[in-house]
Amino acid sequence: MNIVVCVKQVPDTALERKLKPGDATLDRAAVDGLINELDEYAIEEGLRIAEAQRDAGADAEVTILTMGPEKAAESIRKALSMGADKAVHLVDDGLAGSDALSTSYALAKVLSGAGFDLVICGSESTDARMGVMAAMLAERLGVPQLSLASKVDTDGSVIRVRRATDEGYDEAEASLPAVISVVEKINEPRYPSFKGIMAAKKKPVATLSLADAGIEPDAVGLLSAATEVVDFAERPPRQAGTIVKDEGDGGVKIAEFLAGQKFI
Amino acid sequence: MTDYVPPLRDIRFVLDQLVDIGGLAKLEAYHHADPETAFGLIEESGRFMAEVVGPLNRVGDVAGSTLDGDGKVTTPRGFTEAYRRYVAAGWAAVPFPPEFGGGGFPWLIAVAMQEMMTSACMAFSLCPLLTQGAIDMLVQHGSPAQQATFLEKMVSGEWTGTMNLTEPQAGSDLGAVRTKAVPAGDGTWRITGQKIFITYGEHDLADNIIHLVLARVPEAPPGTKGISCFIVPKYLVNEDGSLGARNDLRCVSVEHKLGVHASPTCVMSYGDAGGAVGYLVGETNQGMRYMFTMMNTARLSVGLQGLSIAERAYQDALRYAQERRQGRAAGSPAGEQPPIVEHPDVRRMLLTMKAYIEAMRAVLYTNAVSIDLARYHHDPAEREARRELVELLTPISKAWCTDVGFDVASIGLQVHGGIGYVEETGAAQYLRDGRIPPIYEGTNGIQAIDLIARKVPMRGGGVVTDLLTQMDLLDRELAAAGPELAGMRAALANGVSAAREATDWLLSRGLAEPSDALAGATPYLRLLGLVIGGWLLARSALAASRLLRSADGSDAVFLREKIDTACFYTEQLLPQAAGLLPAVIAGAGPLYRVDLSTAALG
Ligand SMILES: Cc1cc2nc3c(=O)[nH]c(=O)nc-3n(C[C@H](O)[C@H](O)[C@H](O)COP(=O)(O)OP(=O)(O)OC[C@H]3O[C@@H](n4cnc5c(N)ncnc54)[C@H](O)[C@@H]3O)c2cc1C
Repeated sequence: MNIVVCVKQVPDTALERKLKPGDATLDRAAVDGLINELDEYAIEEGLRIAEAQRDAGADAEVTILTMGPEKAAESIRKALSMGADKAVHLVDDGLAGSDALSTSYALAKVLSGAGFDLVICGSESTDARMGVMAAMLAERLGVPQLSLASKVDTDGSVIRVRRATDEGYDEAEASLPAVISVVEKINEPRYPSFKGIMAAKKKPVATLSLADAGIEPDAVGLLSAATEVVDFAERPPRQAGTIVKDEGDGGVKIAEFLAGQKFI
Repeated sequence: MTDYVPPLRDIRFVLDQLVDIGGLAKLEAYHHADPETAFGLIEESGRFMAEVVGPLNRVGDVAGSTLDGDGKVTTPRGFTEAYRRYVAAGWAAVPFPPEFGGGGFPWLIAVAMQEMMTSACMAFSLCPLLTQGAIDMLVQHGSPAQQATFLEKMVSGEWTGTMNLTEPQAGSDLGAVRTKAVPAGDGTWRITGQKIFITYGEHDLADNIIHLVLARVPEAPPGTKGISCFIVPKYLVNEDGSLGARNDLRCVSVEHKLGVHASPTCVMSYGDAGGAVGYLVGETNQGMRYMFTMMNTARLSVGLQGLSIAERAYQDALRYAQERRQGRAAGSPAGEQPPIVEHPDVRRMLLTMKAYIEAMRAVLYTNAVSIDLARYHHDPAEREARRELVELLTPISKAWCTDVGFDVASIGLQVHGGIGYVEETGAAQYLRDGRIPPIYEGTNGIQAIDLIARKVPMRGGGVVTDLLTQMDLLDRELAAAGPELAGMRAALANGVSAAREATDWLLSRGLAEPSDALAGATPYLRLLGLVIGGWLLARSALAASRLLRSADGSDAVFLREKIDTACFYTEQLLPQAAGLLPAVIAGAGPLYRVDLSTAALG
């Protein structure tokens, strides 16, 4: 089974993130990059599915697919040290500034070129928070999409996921190949082990340029983006809170406040 | 208590700029340990320690390990799971020899990882630490058969190890050990006796515990020359490596103590049913000699506990000081309370903590890299120079860093004010946990004696004086670095001159009247620690000022602060060194003028 996990490097959420004044894109060089948190769950799920397949006697391989600047190689290495078998790094200056639509086009190009049985994505990234990549990929690749999975089962030909709802959960099923996205309830990502880190140094990482992947340069990058950040402003400093004095009516005042904010 | 954040930036700085990890990777033995790989390991293990081990610290303190009626010890909730994951991740094996399943990485890397594990939860870290001591002993002195039976599982962490030295009448003076070993006639021995204060002597983290026990064989000479070392496993190990019969040993009690509550400190009884099966390590009566060969790494690790506790205490104190509002800032209008970090006195406390932490890290990592270079440098002269430096630095790493570490924990509590004295902040726990490192693994008093009686006299005093000369030579570089580091020069020169005077006095007086030298041992150790710390921070500042020319953003801020912290240390903390000189050279007379031997109370 050929499992591909899409992994994005994002700026560390613990640090102050800034947009560049020139083109309103994220200043990725200024802060440390990390694996998008939900993608760690996607990697873990990919590894678990591959392990289960191997236990059942089938072949299985986990490939990491990352589009991003050279610096993203750190995140790829990390994903490999968790246990993935190999990686593809799509890296080209022409990709800078791509929006979700053009990113999905580029990733789909690589995926259809390399082939896959199962593509796993985190359900959203901490920087853009669009939550659309799995859907766009499935659409472009012409395969089923099972989104927001909190549990996954597969026998190698059919995949079944569980997705939480307000009342309980849905179960959805599709035949492979397919694209799924996962939420953090699905598992607990493993820590890279000492042996894993050492082994990762020797695992193959293929770097692809636009030309290598057969991607039209005009279809990606900032200029081709279908969306545009027109303007932005710094987050305003946090406002001082409102202090409510309890004069015997504290409960009522809290309820009024919550109702006013439409929480209740 | 707040979450622990591994101080990766300073660790990286020390590795790259002060102890030259890149140079280490050029040695044939460490080709695989290039800086990127090494730092990748440090970063990942740091994340593991912070996220998996860190949360155990408070839980472990509150619950403690407990003994039930059957001699079984249960560690606090979460410890077995965290330990299982620690073993599965393979962190235990990183520095040990590859032939026993280890990673063959430099000791330096192990020390960086150990710093973070200990900061995350010192009580947890003691189990791998004692195992490390037992592994070192077996790697160096075990027979091939013993190594084959025990080492691989100990290196992986699946089995743990202990060091059984102390008995009620034999603490600092191990020559008084009474535990007996008699030959069983089949090549094995039978051990009987009682050991006290045995760290992780019994627990539920691993399937087997390999005790190393100091004992006396029949007709052994008295004192330290008659001590032998035995392997006494909790479960005997069958030919095929599986676990066999339960050995005749048990934990009879677990101490209630000031700190490290989660680390069981056990009274162990050997041979209640006739004799525990033991296997002799090396030859009879050589136990103390063997102990000495593993002591350097063990003492360095205990010194590291001073740093680790201080770092954790600092992180909490800093965050508290940024949040707690109190008083009035100088010059600001009444009515608005500033965060206490704005008060000069609180800043002094925090900066003192930070400066000592950086000095300790510099001393300890220098000691660690010297262990690696003494083993594997291709130049025999460099190997010898590093061996000497390890010998000299070890008692300083152990005693100076654990004394300072405790002082820093105490300052951290002070920053918190009254709430620091209340348990829930965690500040009090650091103080309690930080109080044991000055006591075990040879009390700090014993370290000071080791320094003046064994280490300073090496090569007729040449090892210390060479080091002091090296410190003098730094002055030229500091002068060349411009006005920024100028303030350090006089301070460092004063410190070095106090150290030189103290050393000369000890060298001449020590031969004439040993008790005079012994009387000055502890202030001398502190003096030398302060000065070596200052010298290493001055070197760090030099490196930082060079790097600063081409740095920007948060790197530049870090480097700037590195220089400012080093200036604070040398100009405001280091001058204590000169103040210690009178105590070093006063001799024993004044200590015996007051008759404490027969002094009555009241
Ligand atoms: C929590 C904990 C864990 C421990 N873990 C272990 C363990 O795993 N294995 C183990 O074997 N032991 C262990 N110990 C024991 C520890 O190593 C001893 O307590 C320590 O070596 C000191 O011995 P002592 O307690 O008998 O003190 P003593 O030797 O009685 O010392 C009392 C005081 O006298 C001073 N003193 C003693 N002799 C001299 C001298 N010649 N010159 C000057 N001053 C002197 C000491 O510095 C000290 O201040 C542990 C102890 C504790 C508290």
